[in-house]
Amino acid sequence: MISMQSAVSIANLRIAYEGHTVIDRMSLDVAPREFLVMLGPSGCGKSTLLNAIAGLQDIAAGEISISGRNVTWDEPKDRGIGMVFQSYALYPHMSVRRNLSFGLRVTGIAKAEIETRVARAAKLLHLEALLDRKPGELSGGQRQRVAIGRALVREVDVFLFDEPLSNLDAKLRNELRVEIKRLHQQLGNTMIYVTHDQVEAMTLADRIAIMKDGAIQQLASPHEIYHRPTNLFVAGFIGSPSMNFVSGEIVASDGGPFFAVNGQRIALDRYPFVSPPVPGPATLGLRPEHIAADGAFAGFHTTEGQVSVVEPMGADTIVWFEWAEQTMSLRLMGEVDFKPGDAISPGFDIAKASLFAADGTRM
Amino acid sequence: MTTVNPNGPRPARITAGRVGLYAFLLAVALFFLVPLYVMLVTSVKTMSEIRQGQIFALPAGLDWSTWQTAWSGACMGLQCVGVRVGFWNSVRITLPSVALSVLLGALNGYALSFWRPKGSTLLFGVLMAGGLIPYQIFLYPLVRMMAVTGLYGSITGVVVVHVIFGLPLVTLLFRNYFMGVPDELYRAARVDGAGFWRIFFEVMLPISIPMVVVASIFQFTGIWNDFLFSLVFAGTDNLPMTVQLNNIVNTTMGERAYNVNMAATILTALVPLAIYFLSGRWFVSGITAGAVKG
Repeated sequence: MISMQSAVSIANLRIAYEGHTVIDRMSLDVAPREFLVMLGPSGCGKSTLLNAIAGLQDIAAGEISISGRNVTWDEPKDRGIGMVFQSYALYPHMSVRRNLSFGLRVTGIAKAEIETRVARAAKLLHLEALLDRKPGELSGGQRQRVAIGRALVREVDVFLFDEPLSNLDAKLRNELRVEIKRLHQQLGNTMIYVTHDQVEAMTLADRIAIMKDGAIQQLASPHEIYHRPTNLFVAGFIGSPSMNFVSGEIVASDGGPFFAVNGQRIALDRYPFVSPPVPGPATLGLRPEHIAADGAFAGFHTTEGQVSVVEPMGADTIVWFEWAEQTMSLRLMGEVDFKPGDAISPGFDIAKASLFAADGTRM
Repeated sequence: MTTVNPNGPRPARITAGRVGLYAFLLAVALFFLVPLYVMLVTSVKTMSEIRQGQIFALPAGLDWSTWQTAWSGACMGLQCVGVRVGFWNSVRITLPSVALSVLLGALNGYALSFWRPKGSTLLFGVLMAGGLIPYQIFLYPLVRMMAVTGLYGSITGVVVVHVIFGLPLVTLLFRNYFMGVPDELYRAARVDGAGFWRIFFEVMLPISIPMVVVASIFQFTGIWNDFLFSLVFAGTDNLPMTVQLNNIVNTTMGERAYNVNMAATILTALVPLAIYFLSGRWFVSGITAGAVKG
């Protein structure tokens, strides 16, 4: 079944590669004008999925529709998509102008129309001064802007980005990230963006699809993914430094359930359970910013630890400390004068924590 | 003992090893240059000079008439027309053979690298195996095939043979070159709507110009210098320069005109030599060119 109000709709998709299944029974709907980021470690199948949407990857089963039209058997050019690649993939022997117009010339669009579209894309991406240069004479950021322009001139509803910023240095990556976001706000196209960079995912996405082993682990807004990760993998993948994980046990008692670890009882009365608590082994996840350094807040679970490493980063400081025979991190605003070896009284904000059952799913 | 504090560029030092190295290089260069010198010198000597047997001696005078004879008057058997006819036959055989084998090899390499049809790995393996089997094994079956198709003894026939035997090497060169081209370039062209032929002619062939040059040089020298295939397949009217040169040099009537023979030999070798000299820079850059940087 293809939903009519989706920009891109994938139903029961299966992709096999040399005999073994990479993606199995995947279904996904992307709303018009949505910015969807597919995020995951390398080898999770996110680029394969993008290539399948583009028509560059053969599929074994299922169907794909774009803008309400079933394109499962269509050639890439007939799918109404534009694509931007990690290595820019510009035609090295053509000028920027000819790179931008290549697809339009192939389609046989009128010369005047081609010129109008190229001029419009060049203006939008600040490429006017570079139109007669060859890709080899451009910087990485300029090349990727040309690659985006090449997708733009096609005037399609859906843009596909395959790790477009991975080849750029950190500064250019930040600049172009903002530019892509601005472009999305201006054009209002549907964008599907594959990356392994969680900062790109968090900043660009309307929704993030976190992938692992060819399956979507969680599909939700960046806020939801960050604050209410659905399983241990998502919790550990998003966030830097990563979420602190504490293994312990949920014990039921008259005063409500508590989390037992290292001989301590952490009250769970403030924890927003999504399912009734089941006693047994569990993992408590705490983001570094949800641990206070002086624990003097009402409702926090306060304990004792010892500082091992301090990482001042300017805007904030990461303090690593030893607790319950493991190293944990907490984030403090600004600069603090902790030194290795200092005693610290961390306070856990249980209301913002995540609890995972033995099978890794959120409780 | 004074110790010098190391400061600035390291001082140059001439060592025995260095001297030995240059002496060796010089000796090797001379070893390869001497035959060329002897040929050049002999070609402008008169026969009486040559009979004195001093092949390294400088000529008494420059007698260029031998070159004229070699080009248009030297005899093979009863025909005295020089290597001129052979030169034009060589051109008529070599140019289409080079153009076709390079174009088809590039197309093969392109299809094998990007489109990878079913069984392409096997096909490539078979093609490479074909390139490793000695030519002589193919001669008789090929003669039969040419006879059946009516191409035996024609320029077309010998061109077909050259193209067939050129394909393994040229395909290998282009396949390896295209394997270094990012797959994303091909995919970008697909998204842009280009098909098999348009991607080949408008994207892949233009970016592989360095490899086209290298393959053309390989094929040109190989085909120009070929003796066996032309002798067997070209037919008596289309014998190329190499075969005619052999006929001139091995002619058994009268006195051996060493000066004319030398001139004819140099004339025959001149074309590939010129190609190497003119394209040396391209050649090296083409061989070392790996991936195309966007």
